[in-house]
Order: sequence, then structure tokens, then C-alpha cells
Amino acid sequence: MEKIEQDITVSNPHGLHVRSAGLFVQIANKYDSSVRMGRAGEEVEGKSIMELLTLGVNKGATVHLIVEGVDAEEAFRELKEYLEKGND
Amino acid sequence: MIKIKGIAASGGIGIGAAYCVGKEEFIVPRLKITHEEISREIYRLEEALIETRREISSLQKKIGDELGFDHAKIFEAHLLVLEDRVLIEDIIQQIKSKRVNVEHAFSQSVQKYIDTLLKLDDEYLRERVIDIEDVSRRVLRKFLKKKEQPLIGEIKEKVIIVAHDLSPSDAAVLPKDNILGFITEVGGWTSHTAIIARSLGIPAVVGVVGATTSIKPEDKLIIDGIAGIVIVHPSEKTVKDYQHKVSRQEKEGKAIHVSRVLKPRTLDKKEFIIAANLELPEELSLVYDYGAQGVGLYRTEYLFLSRQDFPSEEEQYKAYSTVAKKVKPNPVIIRTMDIGGDKFLSQPQMPAEVKPFLGWRAIRFCLARPDIFKEQLRAILRASSEGNVKIMFPMISGLEELREAKKLLEDCRKELRKAGTKFDEDMDIGTMIEVPSAALMADLLARESDFFSIGTNDLIQYALAVDRGNEKVAYLYEPGHPAVLRLIKNVIDSAHANGIWVGMCGEMSGDPMFAFLLVGLELDEFSMPPPMVPRIKELIRNVSFFDARRAAIAALALPTAKDVESFLQEELRRVLKDDFERIMMPK
Repeated sequence: MEKIEQDITVSNPHGLHVRSAGLFVQIANKYDSSVRMGRAGEEVEGKSIMELLTLGVNKGATVHLIVEGVDAEEAFRELKEYLEKGND
Repeated sequence: MIKIKGIAASGGIGIGAAYCVGKEEFIVPRLKITHEEISREIYRLEEALIETRREISSLQKKIGDELGFDHAKIFEAHLLVLEDRVLIEDIIQQIKSKRVNVEHAFSQSVQKYIDTLLKLDDEYLRERVIDIEDVSRRVLRKFLKKKEQPLIGEIKEKVIIVAHDLSPSDAAVLPKDNILGFITEVGGWTSHTAIIARSLGIPAVVGVVGATTSIKPEDKLIIDGIAGIVIVHPSEKTVKDYQHKVSRQEKEGKAIHVSRVLKPRTLDKKEFIIAANLELPEELSLVYDYGAQGVGLYRTEYLFLSRQDFPSEEEQYKAYSTVAKKVKPNPVIIRTMDIGGDKFLSQPQMPAEVKPFLGWRAIRFCLARPDIFKEQLRAILRASSEGNVKIMFPMISGLEELREAKKLLEDCRKELRKAGTKFDEDMDIGTMIEVPSAALMADLLARESDFFSIGTNDLIQYALAVDRGNEKVAYLYEPGHPAVLRLIKNVIDSAHANGIWVGMCGEMSGDPMFAFLLVGLELDEFSMPPPMVPRIKELIRNVSFFDARRAAIAALALPTAKDVESFLQEELRRVLKDDFERIMMPK
């Protein structure tokens, strides 16, 4: 079991709004690892679109990404890339 | 005062209060349940989520096909809300611990999230609450067994409709007398809302980003369908300016009244026919008001939309014969149902398709379901006893389809004769030319048809392989494209060589620039939304067939749509002289 965590600055144009949070969840769902995201003292389930939205992650916000599980390394890499590059 | 820019989709000015569509309120009961009932409530949750999932998936396909894949992406996220484990666990937890019914638990859980979202600093994120509410409403409707539609239809005062989008089913239930304008967030010039608005002669501005969030119910609005502008909370001066414009519009309306009785005849005395496209029997008064010579296209599919069952033969007969009676002595061309494509039935028999425009639609659907089709054919035949009814088959791609449709029509005739029911034995049978294959083999189809009607909207879309609802490629949708013009010329020439007449019921015939070209190509009949009739009549009355003929021949030799358009503009400027601005400019 591997656990990776790191602060990431979100550069998606509109932060994590409905569509981009949805894409994040879709990526997270591909992996067995658990995904959690923290921001400003809150920490939520990373595979839940509703929870992610409540964090109010706008562009330029820093979030704490925590991935834990058998495929953590790969999952972390892809999620981090998505948050940093965005694709919408 | 806020000014929002959109796409001008239907001309005219409307001043009035906003009527926001899509803000449906629910009364969710809170009921105590027993321990034994817990599993039943959880089952109801699963059931509702599955049904909603199905509904969103099919909507996603539909929007994707109509407006492009980009517009459909948001529904991916909507589906994720339905699968959200945290949300579902929370609902189940509430059902178990509080012993409440599922709809109460559901709305409480969702509301918790909405409240949190509404407290966010970021305005853009805050506005996304609309998506959560949208999904939530769909699920609640399932619990409460509420139908999705109609949200509109019970409007008692004059309003301007503000909506994210209007589906063909929405449009079918619109109380048009009480609508001063349409504002939608999505869509373009050829979107369904735009087409409906133009055919009803109601101003429309589409593609107004954020309309449903920045406009609140009852907000005072001005909609300018010519400039493509929406003004929220206008100043008194602005209102006055616009009222002045409106009274000028009304004056122009009186001029139309005068032109009603005039014939569409060129300066050198060649006569044409201008007919109206009709979707709903309620629009019939417009046919007369604008001086159209009958109905060139009666779209019957609107009888079939926004309902769960098929209309009976009797119901159809009543609708068709009402139209026929009112249009007399002018003819009415009834097109058999064109369902599929962008017009979806609510009936469960219609499966969602990946490419509906290339799929099971129109005549293809009808031939596969002779039980449904024959009811319509019998209804049309019975209405033909009025003496002015012609029938037309849509989406014909080859001779077999035409023959098969005619055979079914013949079967119906036999049945009616046997039953001693009256109908017109000589009713004309027309073929709609909207598939490029049909346009190319028009000579063969002409031998077995009494007339043609060219449906340019689809013909252009198929010939140029362009989805006109997709904003990314919409620029390729060019009526003046040399390939389109050649197809049209071939259809007209083949028809005349075989002694039959040919009409056009696409939007192209209502555009004065192309109407000039079509006069030159000797199109016999022009059919268009009623409000466009006076202008095309005005155009025909101010040009000579001689000039139009020469321009058409020259235009057909030009290499690109842009060349064709600028050439036609130039020719018209020369031919119309001082009348050019008046006839060509107003929308």
C-alpha cells in the first residue's frame, strides 16, 4: 500500500466546477486507490462530485491531494496532471 | 440596466416581463416509515436513480446530435451526481436513522450540498448549483411521478420566455398568443427555437449565455430580435425608444396587409406561388394574415410529439380536415410524419440512436411500422375529400421507398373504398427531395411523382456533411454552395422535363437573395414561415424573370458560396436600385 500526498495548484480555467470536477471523478474512478482532496481545513472524498464541489476550488487555488492504494503512483500522476494542466 | 448580447434568431421587438422556464417547484412530503419499510424506500431510491440515468443518457445523445458533443459533456457530470457514493450513502443513512421516506431524505441531502455551494466565494462555481438542481429535479419527478413536461403551456399573460433551451416538444405546447419573445441560452440561427420563433413571427434571441441565471422571473425585459440583444431592467428612456420602434413595426404590418391580395408576379408577368409552412393548426390564421397561397408544407409530426401514445386515426383526421377546410380553395400539402432526427417521440418505441439524422426516421420509420403509418394515411385520405389536399413523403432516398409508400397508400384506398368512405381519388402524391441521392436521380423519381418539394435544410446538411446545430462546423452550412445549387437545378430541370411542378419548403426559399436565384431557376412554388411571405412576394414583384434567369445562370458557374452570395447581392442591388435596402435588409 502506498500513500502519496502533495499540495497542488489548480490551473483549470474555472477551477473545479461541475464539468471539470466530473472529469476528475472519472479519472479517479479508474483506479482502485482511495482519493481524498483537502482545502482550507476541509477534506473530502475525491471520488464524489458533490463533495468536490463543496470545496469551491477556483482557479489558482491550492489543494492537498491524497492518494492511497495499490495503484497510487499512477493515479496520483494522472490526477495531478489533470489539476495542473486541465483540459477544458 | 443590463445589456446581454446573443444571436439574433427571429426579428421583431418585445417588451414585457420574464417568464423563466425550468424553475419547477416541488412539494416534498415528509413521512414517517417503519423499520420494515426501510428496504422498500431504498429500493425506490435505486429505481429512481436508474430511471433518471436512462433519461439523462438519452438527453445527452439528443443534445450531442443537435448542438454538438461539447454541449452534451455536462451530462457526464450529471450522471456522476446520480452515482455519487457519498450522496447515496447519506440518503440511505437518513432513511435508516430518521425513519423518513426516500424523497424527503433525498431532498434534504441534496439541499445540504446546495446550501454549501451557495456560500462559496466564487460566483462561477456558485452558479453551478443549477446543474445540481437540474439533476435533483429529475430524480424528484421520478419519486413524485411527475411528468417532465409541460413546464410551459399554462401562461395566462403576455410574457417573454427565458429558458436554457426549448425542445420541439416544448414548442409544440407553447401558447403563442401570450408570448412576446424567446430567450434561450443555447442554439443558433437554425436551432429549433429559432425556427419555431420565426414561423410564429415572434422575436427571439438565442445563445444568450447565462440568461437563466441573470434573468429572474418577472424581470422587465426588452428583446430585440434584429440586433440580437436582451436588455434586463431597461431605463425609461430605453423603453420609450423601443416603443417607438414597435409602433414603426406595426405600420409596416399594415403595409403587409395591403400586399396580401397582390400576386407574386415578376415585372415581366411570370407568376409564382408562395405558400406557407405550417406546424400547428393554431398558426393557420398567419397563413391568411401574411397572404400565403395555401400551405406548402404541413408538418404533421407535431401531432405526435409530447405525448406517450400515438394519435388515433380519428384525431388525425380531425386535425387534417380542419386545416384543409380553412385553407380552401388553396391547396395544403400534408407531409407524412417526419419523426426521428431532431424530433423525438416520447413513445418508448423510439430507441435513442447515435446518429439520428442518418437513422430510423421519417419514411424509414413509417415503412417499418405500417400499423402506425396506415392510420396516418387513412386520416389524410379521408381529409382529402375536401378536394384540396396533397400528400408528400419525406426522406425518400430511392425509388423502392416511394413505391412502397405508394403501395401502402393504395392499400388504404382499397380499405376506404370497401368501407364506402369518401376520399379524393386524384389526390396528388409528392416526393420530398432532401437526400442527395434523391436529388441526383430526380428524373427517375419524377416519373412516379405528381410533384416535388425540395427540403433544403436537410439537403444542405446531407450534401455538405454538416450538422447545422454544431456551432463548430455551422459555418460550412452554405445554401449557396455550388454543389447545393447544382443539386437544386437538377431537381427543377428533371421535374419540368417530366411535366411535374416543383416547390421548396426549406429556409432557402424564404431568403430574398436565394429567392431571386430560385426565380431564375424557375422554381414553381416557394413555401416558408408565414411572416416571410410578404418580403419574398415584394422581391418577386420587383424583379424580372429575365434578370433573374441571367443571374441564376451566371451564379451557377461560380466556384464558391461566397462568390455566389456576393454576386447575387450585387445583381440585386443593380436590379432593385432604391428598393434594395427596403427589401433585402430588414429581418
